[in-house]
Amino acid sequence: MTKAKRNRLIYNIVTYALVIAAFILLQSMIANKSISRSLKGQLVPICSWIVMAVSLNLVIGISGELSLGHAGFMSIGAYTGAVVSGWLLNSFAVESTLLRLVLAILAGGIMAGVMGALIGIPVLRLRGDYLAIVTLAFGEIIRSLVNVLYIGVQDGHLCFSFLNRNMPEGVTMLVDGAKGAVKIKPISTFAVGFVLILITLTVVLNLVNSRAGRAIKATRDNRIAAESMGVPVTKYKMMAFVTAAALAGMAGALYGLNSSTVVPTQFTFNQSINVLVFVVLGGLGNVLGSVISATLLTVLPEVLRAFSDYRMLVYAVVLILVMIFTNNPLIRSFADRLIAPLKQLLRGKKQGGDEA
Amino acid sequence: MKKLFAMMLVVCMLLAGVSALADEPITIRVAHIGPTTGAAALYGLATLHGAEIAAAEINAGDGPYHIELINQDDEHNVEKVINAYNAALDAGAQMILGTTTSKPCEAAGAQGYIDRVFFLTPSASSTAVIEDKDNVFQICFTDPNQGLASAQYIAEHNLGTKVAVIYNNADVYSTGIRDTFVAEAAQRGLEIVSETTFTDETTDFTVQVADAQNNGAEIVFLPMYYTPASLILKTAADKDYQPIFFGVDGMDGILGLEGFDTSLAEGVMLLTPFVATSTDEHVVSFVNQYQAAYGEIPIQFAADAYDGIYILAAAAEKAGITAEMEPEEVCDLMIAAMQEITVDGITGSMTWDASGAVTKSPMAATIVNGEYVFED
Repeated sequence: MTKAKRNRLIYNIVTYALVIAAFILLQSMIANKSISRSLKGQLVPICSWIVMAVSLNLVIGISGELSLGHAGFMSIGAYTGAVVSGWLLNSFAVESTLLRLVLAILAGGIMAGVMGALIGIPVLRLRGDYLAIVTLAFGEIIRSLVNVLYIGVQDGHLCFSFLNRNMPEGVTMLVDGAKGAVKIKPISTFAVGFVLILITLTVVLNLVNSRAGRAIKATRDNRIAAESMGVPVTKYKMMAFVTAAALAGMAGALYGLNSSTVVPTQFTFNQSINVLVFVVLGGLGNVLGSVISATLLTVLPEVLRAFSDYRMLVYAVVLILVMIFTNNPLIRSFADRLIAPLKQLLRGKKQGGDEA
Repeated sequence: MKKLFAMMLVVCMLLAGVSALADEPITIRVAHIGPTTGAAALYGLATLHGAEIAAAEINAGDGPYHIELINQDDEHNVEKVINAYNAALDAGAQMILGTTTSKPCEAAGAQGYIDRVFFLTPSASSTAVIEDKDNVFQICFTDPNQGLASAQYIAEHNLGTKVAVIYNNADVYSTGIRDTFVAEAAQRGLEIVSETTFTDETTDFTVQVADAQNNGAEIVFLPMYYTPASLILKTAADKDYQPIFFGVDGMDGILGLEGFDTSLAEGVMLLTPFVATSTDEHVVSFVNQYQAAYGEIPIQFAADAYDGIYILAAAAEKAGITAEMEPEEVCDLMIAAMQEITVDGITGSMTWDASGAVTKSPMAATIVNGEYVFED
């Protein structure tokens, strides 16, 4: 086993182990009721944000393209999930919440993936910052479109209307224009959110460490060199982008079905930037970092509620401090020195194991 | 004999204990949830301040109940409101005064319906807030009711037949009022000659006002909050266009808007349950206290929340709520009590039915010389 391979293996194991350990810890806390309402209510949103951050990291960190419309894919997933879930319940009397949730998440992922492909095909052929511009516009367009989108269900049929709320009598509204997706039966569970995180990690980590992943990273590091080596740049960039879009759609469906209502104003440009902050703070290309930063930055504002209105200020200060500390050479070398004995211990043992 | 004396002493002490208990007010814990930061902070702060004044009044009085107010910020966000709601319950809240805005209230109320937590919202006015839930009650009118009442008022008072509607199609409040207004206007023989929209980001209303003017509208209906309305009034004045502008309760506050020339609002009509310049003794006292504490004239949201605390106190007394009760127990008792009480507040005399909607009469005011004057 080469050193790089072993490091990667340790990294992957640590990532999975951390997520699984957190899940077991939280589940046992739920079981013996030692968890606060506040934290329990945040579990599913945290799962969604982790998936969002990891999938955006695939685009930004691994394939090196800037996407500013990730919340747009999330909203597609959330709306699709709400419609599919409502339709299944209303028309096919699917009572099983788990089945409805899984189908809604799959539908959300497919829908967002298709939209991602539609955007990616023209844009990823271009060089430069075009993806950032187009995804930025895409996020806003999606928000404006769902603002005037009306979907109802009646006798097994879905009724669609655009711009005007022209609906037959007695129809049950699922999406009601500016009112957003309404009367959603909340069915998301922490367990499904956990499984979705595991699926996301498996997909992303395997993709990154595969032949395709190496090609994606090659196009990021030097597009001309990669092209001259015969790597089809557009194909690999598409692979990363569409995967990320589909995962964001799945996260959106999980997120949307956790609430009784979803509104277009939840998925603004600010929300996309929020996810970008998770990725940047966790480290570009660092999947474990994204998981940790998405969790901490979602929980942090709630923990800071004790500071009432000053919590925004404290939050901003914390963000700045984290950025300074993670980039300060003095502090990094100090941290390295602290970890060094531990690392050596681990390395010594591992090497010993390898030799034996 | 000694035994008898001892027993009498015990009885006396017990009685004293009981009477002392009866004198000691019961403290109920009410959580105010609203946006005290972010884009809708104006409304959340207004409801918080209104509630604070009412709680202080009640706690200073000698009523059977004291109010402990817990505040949680929901940032006018559907995800954050659930966090705020959970944090409020973690802090020991027994019932919720909130939430201030419609969409968050819909989400939190639905969660409260599952958990059995009682909500009284001062200002969340969409119908979805109370639909399919027995645990949420409103103090303000629902949006459709306002649209209905506006169309009725315009038709009954023969203000004109050609109506223009300008509304915010990205806003639940605005679209909710507009939908029923347009439907009722058709019934009442009013002709909608122009209908134009805008969104939260719009700052230029030239197109909308020009459309109303070119189509000869005599009345311009403005179902929106006062900030965009002020811009529309300004644009119309610049174009020398002088129809009757008819607003709804969101228009309240326009006279207090910073940098707004109040002469532009001359002749504007609006439906509102609360008028800060009223000479009613209770209203005057509230406005004075509010001004002393926060340095501004209270808007309708503050008045709604002020009434809200009194409503909760009245319902709690009716239901016999005690400080030890869990939110689940409080919820069912409060739901029953709400349907039995009548509260005379500063926003009118109110009663409720099982749906959670309030019954009170809207009042139409006209702005004359920078003040509200009531029509009858």
